Amino acid sequence: MDQTVREPAVDIWPAGLTRVPYRVYQDATVAREEQTRVFEGPGWHYLCLEIDVPETGSYRTTMIGAMPFVVARAEDGTVVAFENRCAHRGSLICLDDGGRVKDFQCVYHAWRYDLRGNLASVAFRRGVNGMGGMPDDFDMAAHGPRKLRVTVVAGLVFGTLSNDTPDIEAYIGSEVMARLKRVLHKKVEVIGRFTQALPCNWKLYMENVRDTYHASLLHTFFTTFRITRLSQGGGVMVSENGVAHASTTLASAATPDDSYAGMRADNQDLKLQDPSFMKAVAEFNDNINLQILSVFPGFILQQIHNALAVRQIVPRGVDSMDLHWTYLGFADDTPELRAMRLKQANLAGPAGFVSMEDGAVGGFVQRGIGAAADQAAVVQMGGASAESAETRATEASVRGFWKAWRTQMRI
Amino acid sequence: MLTEIATLNAACARALDSGKLEDWPGFFLDRCLYKVTTADNHEKGYQAGLIYADSRAMLVDRIMALREANIYERQRYRHILGMPLVGAETDGSVAVETSFLVVRTMRDGQMMVFAAGIYLDRVKRDASGAWRYAERIVVCDSQRIDTLLAIPL
Repeated sequence: MDQTVREPAVDIWPAGLTRVPYRVYQDATVAREEQTRVFEGPGWHYLCLEIDVPETGSYRTTMIGAMPFVVARAEDGTVVAFENRCAHRGSLICLDDGGRVKDFQCVYHAWRYDLRGNLASVAFRRGVNGMGGMPDDFDMAAHGPRKLRVTVVAGLVFGTLSNDTPDIEAYIGSEVMARLKRVLHKKVEVIGRFTQALPCNWKLYMENVRDTYHASLLHTFFTTFRITRLSQGGGVMVSENGVAHASTTLASAATPDDSYAGMRADNQDLKLQDPSFMKAVAEFNDNINLQILSVFPGFILQQIHNALAVRQIVPRGVDSMDLHWTYLGFADDTPELRAMRLKQANLAGPAGFVSMEDGAVGGFVQRGIGAAADQAAVVQMGGASAESAETRATEASVRGFWKAWRTQMRI
Repeated sequence: MLTEIATLNAACARALDSGKLEDWPGFFLDRCLYKVTTADNHEKGYQAGLIYADSRAMLVDRIMALREANIYERQRYRHILGMPLVGAETDGSVAVETSFLVVRTMRDGQMMVFAAGIYLDRVKRDASGAWRYAERIVVCDSQRIDTLLAIPL
């Protein structure tokens, strides 16, 4: 991990959180700094679901930024994680998304690792026929992939390379943590996994997730069918450190509402031929019908009625990223509730009625700012602070994102 | 029967590729299942789809949403279909497997292989005797979707 203090990559940042220089979405230097300061930095990073590694020897692979890693269930039942990089020549150790093994063996030269990522054996270490082999003083314990600190909360596995990071409760904050546990309150089951390749810098997608202002304006499906309108009750909470956010929309009272009159998003004529999939089941014993929650830098938990999903951001370059969707149900779903989830899955994901546009809008920005590196975005709705608000007509949570980003980037 | 089913496939693809999206639900029975998934999800038995409709009315709604509500850049598909592999007819229902390749062309001319995979279909005759899809599971080879999936596959 980078311990030296270098010149910040972005040397001119306007005062406060209400302007974002477009350079931060374009600059390869910024992206390199993000890898060391954010992805290998002091935050907790979502790794996988706990049920992805159900028993000893189960493993799953994904990425934190550019760093590939392995999550595994060790012999003593704990969940561990280590970099997916052989200590010998740097090859990937695991080549699949997941599975179950006794131990790990690099295919290149057959170096073996135990389930915790400790180097267990080196092929031909003593040579062959008395010749070759590694020097006698080669220290196996000193060679191995980097290991992550791992924590499991509400069935989610998070990891960090930092020993100084406070525990996950402190990182996320108790308010947002309560929202997370509200949804993930019992054993989940994976019902689908999809990857969406987005033509934009990863930050543009995370800002979109935290942008409570855009939802009912860009996504007209929402507005017209009154799944969410800013005039419905709800609000946004942002953790003190800016790291976590949760926005909520309350069930609507179907009263006439003209606050969108004349806007593109207002189309009162649109009627569903088969409205059965909008008959959501209130399964969380409250009147919150929509909750979007995020943890900096790349974790999102979605509850859109009964459509539940975890989304994970993996940057793939300055102007591209992958979004990994894991659609969830609960293990004890009734057949009726499961059927409703399958229908409501139409709302989210790459083909989602209300999230399709989110896949494209980051690219619209990325292209729009092509010649505007020295200009800045305006993030001023709701004022200048990054504090929780009783309204969603605010960009407080986006400012919270930048608060967390600038803290970790030391800008 | 092979010719009739191949013609059904071709007509359905033509509706999507020529922008006559409103014609597309008509190739399905009133009660039907249309699901877009991936090989990985299909093999693991995961139930959810990128698109999931259990009635023709839901297909009509999807087209209406694409026309009236959703925002996406102008684009068109070109479906290239393989020869249908037609199974035995049981109780008036026939299982059909057809490979597909979809090239997507964006408004700026950018072209890409957007999807390749197989249609796992179950076709039946409707009241007029025409073959219609009772079930179409679109199994994409890749789990990675570029930007968004607007027009159905």
